[in-house]
Amino acid sequence: MMDYLKKKFVSEHLDVKEILLVPIFATFFALTIGCLFLLATGEGLKNIFIAYSSLFIGSLGSLNALSETFTAATPLIFAALGIALAFRAGLFNIGAEGQMIIGGMAAVIVGFSIDFLPVWLHLPLALSVGALFGAMYASIAGWLKASTGAHEVISTIMLNLIAIRLLDYMLRSPIIQKEGRNDPISKSVLNTSELPQLLSFIDPQLRLHAGFLVMLGTVLLIYWLLFHTTIGYEFRSTGANPNAAKYAGIKATFTIVLVMFIAGALAGLAGANQITGVLGRASPGFSASIGFDAIAVALLGRSHPIGVLFAGLLFGALIAGGRLMQVKAGVSVDLITIIQALIIVFIAAPLLVRRAVPWIFKEDIKKDK
Amino acid sequence: MVSIELKNISKSFGPVTANKDINIFAKGGEILGLLGENGAGKTTLMNVLSGLYRPDSGTISINNEEKTFDSPRDAISAGIGMVHQHFMLVPIFSVTENVILGNEETGFANFLKLSESERKVKEISEKYSLFVDPKEKIERLPVGSQQRVEIIKVLFRSAEVLIFDEPTAVLTPQEVAELFNIMNSLKATGKAIIFITHKLHEVLEVCDRISILRAGEIVGEADPKVASNKELANMMVGRPVNLSLERRSSKPGKILLDVKNLSVLSEKLDLAVSDISFDVKEGEIVGVAGVQGNGQTELVEALTGLRSSLSGKISYFGQMVPNMNPRKIHQIGVRHIPEDRQKSGIIGNFSVGENLILNNYYAAPYSKHLKMDWDVVSIESQKIIKNFDIRTPSNDTLAQNLSGGNQQKLVVGREMSSHVDFLIASQPTRGIDVGSIEYIHEQLIKSRNAGNGILLVSTELEEILALSDRIIVLFRGRIIKEFESNPAPEQIGLAMAGHSI
Repeated sequence: MMDYLKKKFVSEHLDVKEILLVPIFATFFALTIGCLFLLATGEGLKNIFIAYSSLFIGSLGSLNALSETFTAATPLIFAALGIALAFRAGLFNIGAEGQMIIGGMAAVIVGFSIDFLPVWLHLPLALSVGALFGAMYASIAGWLKASTGAHEVISTIMLNLIAIRLLDYMLRSPIIQKEGRNDPISKSVLNTSELPQLLSFIDPQLRLHAGFLVMLGTVLLIYWLLFHTTIGYEFRSTGANPNAAKYAGIKATFTIVLVMFIAGALAGLAGANQITGVLGRASPGFSASIGFDAIAVALLGRSHPIGVLFAGLLFGALIAGGRLMQVKAGVSVDLITIIQALIIVFIAAPLLVRRAVPWIFKEDIKKDK
Repeated sequence: MVSIELKNISKSFGPVTANKDINIFAKGGEILGLLGENGAGKTTLMNVLSGLYRPDSGTISINNEEKTFDSPRDAISAGIGMVHQHFMLVPIFSVTENVILGNEETGFANFLKLSESERKVKEISEKYSLFVDPKEKIERLPVGSQQRVEIIKVLFRSAEVLIFDEPTAVLTPQEVAELFNIMNSLKATGKAIIFITHKLHEVLEVCDRISILRAGEIVGEADPKVASNKELANMMVGRPVNLSLERRSSKPGKILLDVKNLSVLSEKLDLAVSDISFDVKEGEIVGVAGVQGNGQTELVEALTGLRSSLSGKISYFGQMVPNMNPRKIHQIGVRHIPEDRQKSGIIGNFSVGENLILNNYYAAPYSKHLKMDWDVVSIESQKIIKNFDIRTPSNDTLAQNLSGGNQQKLVVGREMSSHVDFLIASQPTRGIDVGSIEYIHEQLIKSRNAGNGILLVSTELEEILALSDRIIVLFRGRIIKEFESNPAPEQIGLAMAGHSI
């Protein structure tokens, strides 16, 4: 399966057609088919038009829409970078969700319990402790694989379950649970550990926060790591041809643990970002399946950091636009999930896209034959 | 008697012309040799003939009757039979079961008429002296007999035209001789045979006529009675080729590699290499001959630190290497050309430049404090590309887009461009064109003349004979025979088949 996925979803070099055009058309077709779904459920043409126009307006139509799109995209991209990186090294990290939860929990504890630090120390501390805990949590799966050969897909899925239950349990412990509450909810983080809003000088309602900038920096950092360091070279060769990597003297065990560590750090950062930038506290399900959606983002972005950035922004836009769509047209947000799934189907079957618009991909089709 | 004629066959794939205006002709009772390098278009032509591809233009006629093949089934029913290079047999089935697969005769309630089919298989095998027990399981048969089953399969479907695609690649010299006898007896019964190969001496030995294919076109015909090796090679490559290598006599110096009582287990935990001892000295090439699968792979993996050995000692340059691993072995100056370039020699979707630093990416000048210096990589790899004549559009081209010969030159260039003290070359010229073989052989000899030691592992007997100063023959993991100087090919052939006289 790994070979199949690698062929479809790993782009070694940034190819504009591969990374941009195919996804754009895939999205277009997915929206078209989504339209058919709406028709089938008895929506009138007028309402479908309202639904799609609010999808567009809600994601790109105003400053607030853009702010929402970027806010939704940020944690997705953090987690997807980790998945993409592991994927490059030949590992299928399904555990971003769990790593995110652990990272978020760690950030929340640092956020409410330390009250003597200035913001320029407290915030970085909360973020990096979140990253560290996500990293250590993911390393368990890496270590299991390296030392015993346990398949990472199985172990990361199990670690997800453990993380979800652990979260529920910890939220009820007196140290973490908010005073005077019976439901599982954590204390709120202190102001000094919150990511500052970026656009509050225009309108305090705009939620876009500094995590977005941290994310952009991280994209560049991961790009640099992957393509301009020996570590990235080792990751990529281990993923592309493990036999050749072994022949080159690259130690698979070390590579596996290291790549899971970094992947977990990125997912942990996604969790910490949500806590310190958006939610302010942890509650059951605060991770909102972002760790799973991020798998789709990583695949859609062809496991290339720049591709992941664009794919994440697209998914962010669908989420932000979906909310307005639900309000304005009364269409269920589940449609968004359907559209996301359809996009992935079209990406997985690029020939479908190429055949549908042959004039765009003229040369490629010839090459394929 | 049957006759087959291909007229003006052309076939292209996008911008690549694989076959251009090809005319060949074969009739019953003769063997046509189709000689060409890898990538010359032999396989495309045969796929056209066996119904896998439809030609863009041109016609195929059998017995002067024009035919079009829409599928391999059409070709088979027209009497064309293909003996594939890679056998298409089910190992756990018997000979008969394999032969009838896809053409099963059934009786009441779809029960197989196995004994009747067995009788037919026996008949065929006796008629053409293809001796093999119809009831034996394929997995128990040696490679040569498996090939006979492939031939029976084709005859069972009453083929009149038999195409042999590189049939000798997996055989010992003795098995090759038997195959040629079989081909001659098929010819005597009036079958037409097309024999595809890139080995010159084989076409000279067995064919009645020879057509030479180069870059998709028939560039000439030759008469095996008068043609020479050299003429054929020149036609095949398109320029004069130097087949005989100039070698200074070797002056072996001190011992570089010393192997004592080495035993190595295979993947399946069989004893793949058992208790072997040999050495390689400065300025000599030691050839390891043997039919594929007699422990060569495991031996090389043990010597390069890719596989741990069961017992015995390996010392390089007079010293044992503690905790052998590939990187350490590389660092002490041992270079390794792996036997399968696709599997471990190159990374297909890495660029040529990225592939050229596979062994030393972690060290200066290619990287410093974990940071890769792609400018230096680019400069250095352009040097290697130039020095080793790797034909590539640029060093950013993906390695998978190079031809087999150029991929191999990439591996050879990488291993031989940095300082070499000892070289382990495993199948250094497998499946590549004559021009590249010539070039790589020159490099190996040059390195030897410069005083390096080389362990050459090859299943190509000719290569072993042309390059080695000493030869050891591996059979079932043991050294069955050692030759101090160049012996007659027959002697090595016998040793390869397990005779230790």
